[in-house]
Amino acid sequence: MLSCREVTEVCSTEMDRPLKFGEQLSLRTHLLICTGCRNYRRQMKALRQVMQAYAHGKAETGEPESGAPD
Amino acid sequence: MQGVSAEALLSLRADMLRFAQVQLRNTETAEDLVQEAIEAALRKSSSFAGQSTLKTWVFAILRNRIIDHLRTAKRTVSMSSLVDDDEDWQERLETLFNERGHWRDGPRPVVWPNPEESMQTRQFWAVFEACLDHLPANTGRVFMMREFLGFESDEICSQLGITTSNCHVILHRARLKLRGCMDSGWGRPEGSTC
Repeated sequence: MLSCREVTEVCSTEMDRPLKFGEQLSLRTHLLICTGCRNYRRQMKALRQVMQAYAHGKAETGEPESGAPD
Repeated sequence: MQGVSAEALLSLRADMLRFAQVQLRNTETAEDLVQEAIEAALRKSSSFAGQSTLKTWVFAILRNRIIDHLRTAKRTVSMSSLVDDDEDWQERLETLFNERGHWRDGPRPVVWPNPEESMQTRQFWAVFEACLDHLPANTGRVFMMREFLGFESDEICSQLGITTSNCHVILHRARLKLRGCMDSGWGRPEGSTC
C-alpha cells in the first residue's frame, strides 16, 4: 500500500508520462480510500490548467497597466 | 492592411515582459527577447490569420523565442545546484506528512474552488506569479520548461544533462511547493469572507 507521500510522487509522475500498470493500480487503490490524495490529484490538474492558461497569456485579464508608454 | 499594428503589440509589451522574466529570471535577456518577438510579429504580421487573438499569437512567438534561447544557451545546471536548490525539502515533507507518510490533519488537501472563475481576476494571477517566483531558481526553471514551454520531460533531461528520475524529482518538488503556495494564497483562504 502506498503512503500519501508516495502517492503525491505518483501524481506528479502522471503529469509527465503515462503510468505503468502497477503504478496505476496502486494509485487507484489508494485514491479509493483517501480523500486528501484525491484532492491533491485534482489540484495537480488544476495547476496544469492554470499553467496552460498562463502560457497562453491569459493573465492580466483585469484592467490594463496604467501609464502605458506613449 | 493587416490587423496587426505596432500600437496593439506595444500594449502587450508589459505582459510579455513579465511572462519572459518569470521564465528567464534575467531582465536584460527578457527585454531582448520581447523586443525580438515584437519585431518578428510585425514582420510576420501577414501570417496572423486572426483565428486566434493577437495576444495568443504574439505569446506563441515569444514562447518560441524563449525556447530557442534556452536551447542555444544550453544552460548547464549542475546536479548539486538542483539538490541544494531546495534545502528545506525534508522539513517541508515533515510538516505535510507524519512518520508513516500519511497527511497530517492541517495540511491534508481540501477541495479547491474551480480555477476557471478565479482566473478572471488579477488578484488570482498576482498570487500565482508570486508563487512561481518563490520556487527555488533552478527548480522553477525546470518546472517552467515543462509546464510553460511545454517541453517533454525527456527533452528537459537531455538538455540539462540530468537523469530522468532526477527530472521527475525536481518536477515533483516544484509541484508540491507551488501547490502549497497556491493553497494558502488562494485555494484555502484563511477565515474567508462569509
